[in-house]
Amino acid sequence: MFGWEFPPHILGGLGTASYGLTKGMAECGDMDITFVIPKPHGDEDKSFAHIVGAGNTPVAWRDVSWDYVAHRQGNCMDPQEYFNLRDHIYADFNYLHTNDLGCIEFSGRYPDNLLEEINNYSIVAGVIARTYDCDVIHSHDWLTYPAGIHAKQVTGKPLVIHVHATDFDRSRGNVNPTVFAIEKDGMNWADHIITVSNLTRRTVIEKYGIDPAKVTTVHNAVEPLSPEIMAIQMPRNPREKVVTFLGRITMQKGPEYFVEAAAQVLRKTDNVRFVMAGSGDMMNKMIRLAAQRNISDHFHFTGFLRGKQVYEMLKASDVYIMPSVSEPFGISPLEAMQVGVPSIISKQSGCAEILNNVIKTDYWDVDAMADAIYSIISYPAMYEQLKVEGKREVDEIKWVYAGKKVIDIYHKVMQR
Amino acid sequence: MKTICFYFQIHQPFRLKRYRFFDIGNDHYYYDDFNNDEIMTRIAHRSYLPANQILLEMIKNSNGKFKVAFSISGVALEQLEIYVPEFIDSMKELAKTGCVEFLSETYAHSLASLRDPDEFVKQVKEHDDKIEMLFGQRPKVFRNTELIYSDEIACMIASMGFKGCITEGAKHILGWKSPNYLYNSTAVPKLKLLLKNYKLSDDITFRFSNYEWSEYPLTADKYMGWINSLPETEQVINLFMNYETLGELQPRESGIFEFMKALPYFAEQMGITFSTPTEVISKLKPVDSLSVLHPISWADEERDTSAWLGNLLQNEAFDKLYSVGERVRLCDDRRLKQDWNYLQTSDHFYYMCTKFLADGAIHSHYSPYDSAYEAFTNYMNVLSDFIVRVKEQYPDSIENEELNSLITTIRNQASEIELLKKELKITHDEKVTKKSVAKAAKTAEKVTKKAAVKAEPKKSEAKPKIKKTTKSKE
Repeated sequence: MFGWEFPPHILGGLGTASYGLTKGMAECGDMDITFVIPKPHGDEDKSFAHIVGAGNTPVAWRDVSWDYVAHRQGNCMDPQEYFNLRDHIYADFNYLHTNDLGCIEFSGRYPDNLLEEINNYSIVAGVIARTYDCDVIHSHDWLTYPAGIHAKQVTGKPLVIHVHATDFDRSRGNVNPTVFAIEKDGMNWADHIITVSNLTRRTVIEKYGIDPAKVTTVHNAVEPLSPEIMAIQMPRNPREKVVTFLGRITMQKGPEYFVEAAAQVLRKTDNVRFVMAGSGDMMNKMIRLAAQRNISDHFHFTGFLRGKQVYEMLKASDVYIMPSVSEPFGISPLEAMQVGVPSIISKQSGCAEILNNVIKTDYWDVDAMADAIYSIISYPAMYEQLKVEGKREVDEIKWVYAGKKVIDIYHKVMQR
Repeated sequence: MKTICFYFQIHQPFRLKRYRFFDIGNDHYYYDDFNNDEIMTRIAHRSYLPANQILLEMIKNSNGKFKVAFSISGVALEQLEIYVPEFIDSMKELAKTGCVEFLSETYAHSLASLRDPDEFVKQVKEHDDKIEMLFGQRPKVFRNTELIYSDEIACMIASMGFKGCITEGAKHILGWKSPNYLYNSTAVPKLKLLLKNYKLSDDITFRFSNYEWSEYPLTADKYMGWINSLPETEQVINLFMNYETLGELQPRESGIFEFMKALPYFAEQMGITFSTPTEVISKLKPVDSLSVLHPISWADEERDTSAWLGNLLQNEAFDKLYSVGERVRLCDDRRLKQDWNYLQTSDHFYYMCTKFLADGAIHSHYSPYDSAYEAFTNYMNVLSDFIVRVKEQYPDSIENEELNSLITTIRNQASEIELLKKELKITHDEKVTKKSVAKAAKTAEKVTKKAAVKAEPKKSEAKPKIKKTTKSKE
C-alpha cells in the first residue's frame, strides 16, 4: 500500500482513513500488509502493518556500516531492511538530492514543491516494489498514484487506487490541470478504483470518463473512541445550548450557510450559542458576516483545535453541523455521533449516503438547516432520539466491514 | 355455508405543509393544499370512482347478493367533499342499494383510543353524525383506526352501544385458532369481533400483480376455490383492505376490476354468500372469546402500535398533542377545533417511524418527508403554534376544573338573566294591579334597567379576563 499520511502525524482525513482501513483489513486475517509512507517518525502503530518509509529507502548506493544505519534510522526500520532495499537499486539516482544514506528526504506534508516530492516518491516506489513481494498494489489518493503505477510496471501486479477525494471536491470546479492529469493517469492505469462514496464514484465516472464497471464504493468508517476520550466531562450550562461547526473554514465546507442559519435561529430564541471551531481562509470573512448579521454576541470563533480539544468541543455541544458544499465522505459527523452529539449534515456529503439517524439538508437550504437546529434544541425527544440512535448506528460502522469489501475487490482483480 | 365479508377503508390525512419554526406564532394555516388536492383527486379518479362504479354494477347484476362495508374517516370525507364532490354522490347512490354498510370510526382517524377516552367518544359521535347526515344510516359496527383493538378499547366501544367490532386476526392473539369465525370479547362478552383474514386479504392487496408470486396470476375462480376449500365449519371470511387497492395499489391494467367483477359469479357457483358486518353479527354465534391485553393493529410484522408510537419522537409528539386535549374541548373556536382534529390523524405519527427493517420501505413509501426526523420537526413546529393558540384562549394560570365551572357559569348567563327578567315581570304585574297604568309603566322600565345592570356584573364578577375573551369571540 502506498499512502501519504499515517497517524499520529496527520494533517487531514486521509491519514485517519488509510489507518482505519488498513487496520480493518488486518483484522480480517490472512493479510500481509506493507504500508509505504513518505516520512515515518518511528511512533507509528506497527502492530498490523509493516511500515516502510520512503525517506529511509536508498536510491543511490552508499557504503555504510550496519551500526551507522542503526544509529541513523533504527527507530523507524530494521537496519537489515536498509541493506535489502539497497540491493534492489535499479538505476543511478545520484543526480538527485540524496543524503548520506543515499535516501531522498521527504517532508511528508504538502510543501510547495509537492509535485517534485510526488515524483521522488514514485522513484523510491521502484526500489520498494523490487524488494517486497506482493499480490496487489493499493494507492491512497492522487499523491501516490504515480508510485502505484510505477510499482505496477515493475511487478506486473494489479493496481487498486483509492479515491479519498478528487480535485473537483477540493477546488469547487476550478481544477488544476496537472493534478487532474495525475489523477486521470492513475485511474486509467488502475485495475480497479475504490471511491469513498457514491458521490465521488459519480465524479470519477462522469468527470474522468472511467468505465463504471471498474469503480466500486467502499464507505469509510470510524475507529472506536478510546476510554480517555469517552471519560472527558465538560461543564455544561443547562439553560444554553451550543451548536458547533467544526472544520476548516474554507469555501468547500460552506461556513457562510452556518452563519445565516444561526441568524435565523437567533431571531426566534436567544438561549443558544453558535461556535465555529477551526481556521481557514474564510475565517475573517465569517467574523465580518456574523457582525453584519448582528449576532456576534452569540456567535463564537475558537480558532484551530487539535487532538483532545476537538473532543472537548464536541462534548460541550448539543448540535454538530456540517454544511459542506461538496464532501467526498466527511468522517467528522461520525465522530460527533460517537460522543452522542446529534448531527446535521448536507446532502452533498458522502457520509449522508450511509447515515440514517442524522438530519440531512441541502447545503444552500438555510431555512431547513435553521429549522433542524431549532428542532433539536427545543424538542427534547428529538435530541434524545438522535443522540441514542445516532450513537448506536455509528458504532456499527466499522472498518472491518470496509476492509472485507476491499479484500473482495483484491480477490476479483487477482483472478483477472 | 360460507359467507364473505368485504370491508374497504377510505382514508387520507390532511398533509401538513412545510412549516418552519419561524412561522410559529405568525402563520396559523398548516396544510399542504396543493398536495392534498393532487393526491385525493388522483386516487379518486384512479381508484375510488371506478371502484364505486364496479361495485354498483356488481350489486345490480347479482340482484343485491353482493354486499360490502365501508369505513370512511371524517378527514377523508371532508377532503372528498372539497376536491371530489362527485364521489360523495356516487357513494350516496351505492348507499341507496341497501347492500352497503357504513362502519363507525374516529372522525380524525386518530389514536385517541389509546390515550384520551373522552376525545375518543366525542370523535366517534362526530363521525357517526357525519355518516348519518351524508348517507342516511347510523353505523352499528365499530372499526378503530388501523384496526387497533384491546380489552380496554372493547369496553369503551361497548359502552357506546356498538354490537360488534372489526380488528386484525393477529397471529399472536389467535394462536392456533382460525380468524374465519365470529368471536367475542372476554372483557365485554356482548361485543362481537370480526377478525381480518390477513392472508387472503393481502393476496389481493399486496400480491395480486406480483409476477414473482408463485400463485401469479390470481384469478377469481382460483381465489374462490381457496375459500371454498377451507374447512366446512369455517363460516365467515373477512376480507378487509384499503379501498385504494382497487385501481391504485393494484392498477387497472392488472385486471383487478375484472377480478372483482367475476367474484360474485364464482361465489354463487360454489354456494358462497356475501354479508355485511351487521348481518354476520346477527346471524352467527361467537365460537369463543378473545382477550387482548396489549393493543393490536393491522400494521407491520408485529401487528402492534409500534408503527405510530414506537419511538421517542412519536411518543413525545403524542404526549404533547393530548396534553392540551381537555383545553381544546373546553373552548369553542371552530378553526381551533378543526385543526385539533386534523392534527390527531394517525398518519402524522406514522411518518415519524424509524423502523428500518422490512417494513421501513412501506413507511417511507407513503411519507411526504425524507426522514422521520424531518416529519417530527415539521409536526412539532405546527403543534407548537397550535398549543400557543390554545393557550391564548384561556389564561394558563387557571386549572381545567376551575375553568370548566367558570365557562358553565358564563354559558348559563343568558338563561339566568332571562329567568330573572321573568321574576321581575311577575312582581311588576302584581304592582300593575295595584297602581295606575301610566305610573306603573314608568316604574317598570326603571326596575328592568336596574335589574339588568345588576344581573350583568353579578355573573361576570368571577373572572373579568374570561369574560373578555368570550365577548370578543361573540
